[in-house]
Amino acid sequence: MKFAVVVFPGSNCDHDVYYVLKKVLNQGTIFVWHQSTDLCGADAVILPGGFSYGDYLRSGAVARFSPIMKAVEAFARKGGLVLGICNGLQILLESGLLPGAMLRNRSLKFVCREVGLRVENAETPFTRCLRVGDRLRIPVAHADGNYTADEETLRRLEGEGQIVLRYCDEEGRTVPESNPNGSARNIAGICNAQRNVLGMMPHPERCSEVVLGNDSGRAIFSSMIESLAQAAH
Amino acid sequence: MKAEVFVTLKSGVLDPQGKVIARSLRALGFEEVRDVHQGKYMVIDLEGVAPEEARKRLDEMCQKLLANTVIENYRVRVEGAEEGNS
Repeated sequence: MKFAVVVFPGSNCDHDVYYVLKKVLNQGTIFVWHQSTDLCGADAVILPGGFSYGDYLRSGAVARFSPIMKAVEAFARKGGLVLGICNGLQILLESGLLPGAMLRNRSLKFVCREVGLRVENAETPFTRCLRVGDRLRIPVAHADGNYTADEETLRRLEGEGQIVLRYCDEEGRTVPESNPNGSARNIAGICNAQRNVLGMMPHPERCSEVVLGNDSGRAIFSSMIESLAQAAH
Repeated sequence: MKAEVFVTLKSGVLDPQGKVIARSLRALGFEEVRDVHQGKYMVIDLEGVAPEEARKRLDEMCQKLLANTVIENYRVRVEGAEEGNS
């Protein structure tokens, strides 16, 4: 399978994603510069974390107009798998590929730590190797992760199973104390109605190898690989 | 021609920075402060466009880039044109 990792000026998790896909999971992986207008025939696209354009104006607001985003939007509309991580999710929100917006963390602090996540929907191409109720431990690192949307949108996300990951405590309870940023309904990751676009604040690429003491994140990438393999048959 | 753009969070959207500023003001003895909404203020220099047309163009700029209308309101002021809101 061929994965395209989009590189914006200010991306800083691009190499981590590339390393996990290429070296840990042995997938064909390429970097695509944001000025490019072509995804080079990739089967899936990753928008990595970082601080595209220095987070100027709003996180993701400028990157959303990078030339490559036209190709990413067209790819997503055709059903191609797109995973946005952290700043990648912020870019997906700004581009309208996912609903809602990010506010500054409720604490006004940059939060950088491992959090608990509860899998809420295992029937997506990004979570098919998991089960509903599984608890993952994946690090977050962001200042703008306080997800918000109007009530109607939140209800729709909930009703349509588009809330894929929620912040939870050690027992898997999605309580306010387990919410690192004030995000509505403890949302950590959402997908679109078609299930082919997922955005998540936590960084699965930072915990995809046992040697790091945690390979919780690997299931996200393995799920994508499985989905693509199945689609290819 | 100079234009001014004000972007603030919609009422009802949590504004954690505004809340902290309000609390700090009250702690400094400004007990009359009830609420603070912080936002962005931009001055945009324009050329070769009439004031009314400029207002329309700025509206487009706000919709497209300067404000995220999911969470933010904007207000535009152009020299010589009527003021407009989102």
